[in-house]
Amino acid sequence: MAKITFIQHNGTEIETNGIAGMTVMETAVKNQVPGIDADCGGACACATCHVYVEPEWAGKLGARNPMEEDMLDFAFDVRDSSRLSCQIKVSDAIDGLRVRVPEKQF
Amino acid sequence: MSEFFEIDAVIVGAGPCGLFTIFELGLLDIKCHVIDILDRAGGQCAELYPEKPIYDIPALPLVTGADLTNRLLEQAKPFHATFHYNQMVTELRKCADGRFELKTDGEITFLCKVVVIAAGGGSFQPKKPPIPGIDAYENTSVFYSVKKMETLRDKDVLIVGGGDSALDWTNNLQPIVRSMTLLHRRDDFRAAPDSVKKMRELVEAGKMQLKIGQVTGLKGDKGILSAATIKTADGSVEDVACNTMLPFFGLTMKLGPVANWGLNLHENLIKVDTEKFETSESGIFAVGDINWYPGKLKLILSGFHEAALMAQQAFRLINPGERLLFQYTTSSTSLQKKLGVN
Repeated sequence: MAKITFIQHNGTEIETNGIAGMTVMETAVKNQVPGIDADCGGACACATCHVYVEPEWAGKLGARNPMEEDMLDFAFDVRDSSRLSCQIKVSDAIDGLRVRVPEKQF
Repeated sequence: MSEFFEIDAVIVGAGPCGLFTIFELGLLDIKCHVIDILDRAGGQCAELYPEKPIYDIPALPLVTGADLTNRLLEQAKPFHATFHYNQMVTELRKCADGRFELKTDGEITFLCKVVVIAAGGGSFQPKKPPIPGIDAYENTSVFYSVKKMETLRDKDVLIVGGGDSALDWTNNLQPIVRSMTLLHRRDDFRAAPDSVKKMRELVEAGKMQLKIGQVTGLKGDKGILSAATIKTADGSVEDVACNTMLPFFGLTMKLGPVANWGLNLHENLIKVDTEKFETSESGIFAVGDINWYPGKLKLILSGFHEAALMAQQAFRLINPGERLLFQYTTSSTSLQKKLGVN
């Protein structure tokens, strides 16, 4: 179990419990976090689960994989902290993770 | 140019479930036309993940989206369905005689006895980047697709994106526009290497500009763009002069006109029963990801099952009073004849 917090564009925080083996995107969908559209259902094919990783977690999640990097071309306002949440696996190592949800995926 | 077709059944959506519906209806001698908003069959399998493996199709331990689509097209081939691509169904209404009239945005009208909505996540539409104020420029200076190249002659064009659409249009439009700028967030492109090479040659020859960065704002007046403000990778901000912008950020799914057809919905999905997969309107069915019933799983295999059961009721509606004999393709010579194998 890992606590993952999704910060909405308006500042509202949604705390969820991620289950090891699931992805951060699946955790968001399961908890009906607004703003994580996940059109493709986790195939890394749509870039609608884009999140910004909070500064304190920068560098702690490993690098984007090449497929994710390609797919981020379809996201809007990509920053250094941008990740696709379907590509972040939940584990004890990310307990306490905080990510920000963009105002609009598209 | 408007067209008109009078037929038994119309399938809305040429994704895997729509394609298998052709097969199931075909076995019962129901001829159909298929409409899709994309320019080819496959739906999400073609648009979102053509090369990605799918592992949960019965008897196919691994199949790609493109391969699954091709196999379904082959399976449906004996039934000679007519496909209408690049068409979005905008209207669906019941006629006085009990039949249904469908209209597409490409001015095709269908009159049919049965409608099968197999529209998956809805219609694929271009992603609109949430740049502040972009709405004011849409269809005057900002376009998400190019319908006629000629309309862009002598324009100052800014293309945004790094995929095939962005690169293809950059290369194709460059000779006819006054100035061409391609903007992408990084100096790597996922488009075909050939088109990337061609674009780089144009840049080297001084025929166009390549900028690395992202659009943050638009400048202009009364819907006419004069410049796009971009933030480059090093954080500096500059204006790129342009009177036309073409953002290519791929497609997203929107429920679209389906919501206006008067069918009972459940959280943007069409409610159906689990015996006939019929909607709240008799004669209109919904199969695959677009439907909802208690226990629904959005799996391709669920859609296949739904298509088979739906076809039975479609037969009864199209052939009232006629007895429907349940048969197996393994043993029925009549089914085998239809399949062209006997």
